[in-house]
Amino acid sequence: MTISRKDIEKVAVLARIRVDDEQVSALEKDLGNILDLVDQLGAADTDSVEPMAHPLDAVQRLRADEVTESDQRERFQAIAPATENGLYLVPRVIE
Amino acid sequence: MQWDIVIGLEIHVQLATRTKIFSGSSTAYGAEPNTQANAVDLAMPGTLPVPNEQAFRYAVMFGLAVNAEIERRSMFERKNYFYPDLPKGYQTTQLERPIVGPGFVDIDLANGETKRVRIHHAHLEEDAGKSLHEDFHGMTGVDLNRAGTPLIEVVTEPDMNNAEEAVAFAKKLHGIVTSLGICDGDMSQGSMRFDVNISLKPKGSETLGTRTETKNLNSFRFMEQAIAHEVERQMDILEDGGTIVQETRLYNGDKDESRSMRTKEEANDYRYFPCPDLLPVEIDDSFIDEARNSLPELPDAKKARFMEQYGLNDYDAGLLAGDSKLAAFFEAAAERGKDAKLASNWVQGEFSARLNAEEKSVADSPITGEQLGDLVVRIADNTISSAGAKKVFEALWTGEGESVDAIIDAKGLKQVSDTGALEAMVDEVLASMPDQVAQYQQESDPKKQKKMLGGFMGPLMKASKGQGNPKLFNEILVRKLGE
Repeated sequence: MTISRKDIEKVAVLARIRVDDEQVSALEKDLGNILDLVDQLGAADTDSVEPMAHPLDAVQRLRADEVTESDQRERFQAIAPATENGLYLVPRVIE
Repeated sequence: MQWDIVIGLEIHVQLATRTKIFSGSSTAYGAEPNTQANAVDLAMPGTLPVPNEQAFRYAVMFGLAVNAEIERRSMFERKNYFYPDLPKGYQTTQLERPIVGPGFVDIDLANGETKRVRIHHAHLEEDAGKSLHEDFHGMTGVDLNRAGTPLIEVVTEPDMNNAEEAVAFAKKLHGIVTSLGICDGDMSQGSMRFDVNISLKPKGSETLGTRTETKNLNSFRFMEQAIAHEVERQMDILEDGGTIVQETRLYNGDKDESRSMRTKEEANDYRYFPCPDLLPVEIDDSFIDEARNSLPELPDAKKARFMEQYGLNDYDAGLLAGDSKLAAFFEAAAERGKDAKLASNWVQGEFSARLNAEEKSVADSPITGEQLGDLVVRIADNTISSAGAKKVFEALWTGEGESVDAIIDAKGLKQVSDTGALEAMVDEVLASMPDQVAQYQQESDPKKQKKMLGGFMGPLMKASKGQGNPKLFNEILVRKLGE
């Protein structure tokens, strides 16, 4: 299996990572190798194997529905780049 | 050309848990921005989610209420997309193994028929925060209090064929989740949000047409309008020989218009994968049994009981049973008032009209079911006329008085039902209106005669200062005029 430049550029956009042309060429080769390796796994017969949900053989612990967190807004907002009226400010995003 | 309309719904139901699905932050509505957004909700490095047991209990209760299979080993996936009100960069949701499997809900239609709408599945997931696009110096403000609030997303099969069915299903689902107490049902605050998938196909065709999704409808009225609007839009395109583009649309209820939000070509690639932070959740028999035992009476069972116990007809029983708070109000009024049919009429008539007019919910009603029951008693035993009853209702509603009997006394609304006194008034009035009496007696058409009786009622009510029992006046009039 190979990965195209277009795939890499698309994934980069979705992940909000900037990659230049040179990096795309390198990624094309590296990711292609990884995908080839994954392809080899496809040769294994997995018909009778249930897909694994998690590498740990354990089940999730659940929590009682009780409020355990207090308001820490000031501390969190002290490290935010911009806030106003209690809101976090971010570059304008309009869908 | 004739078209078949095909509708499927996706409904986001906010669960009424005290805390978020993956953290112990409060979910109380209306708090100051970001005072309920803590390390886990903000996706601070090093934090881990711990699921809320109550969210699972509520999801299981929902599953049982819609006749669905419960997944005993459910899993969480990450749905990746970028938006500032989603701090983690992904929504934790369920894709492969949702907690609630296939089920169904039966809806009642206006023509008296019942229709089954299948539920494909329902899954647990977290809500996002809110973005405020008002002007913050060209920036967007983000409030993350809602981020991490537990939701179940209910996905139906495309089993509905018009707006009436879709709205009936939505109302039914609203009745179920509010009866269960797993959601407050307050649509104006976004507690239930509907996405409608609509496609058209030539009448009788087996192949489904291309569908569009209209998102985030938060009232039954907007939902009905949005469906009508979208059906018309698609029909216009198809009849002009065009093709429907698969897309997500936003409907503006105030302007009755919609616009495209995104098309499939630019649709997000969500890159789902199993969430490594969460292990599979196992639900055992005792958990399910416990949830089953905690189920309250659901709308279908309540409707059947209302018909049986109170002798209500199908329509009235269905309407009252569909809203658990209205049903409780009715029961209080019917128990106290003894006359269930009359109580039902007042609950659905004057009471509901008043709530609607003031945009209030049953919970905000200034009067209690017991007070309405007391009023029903006095209407049923002829102490007051229906006009007098409306005055008493008004006084109860505005808080002018609390006791029905005290209001009746204070306002002098008690009807005179003493036949001797009423007969004397009738004699007096008839004596003063000889021409009309003669006219009446010469008339051979009973229908016209009946109409003419009205001419005597005005003076009679005046003579009795509005307190004569109109029913008795009528009886006496007919008898005396026939003599």
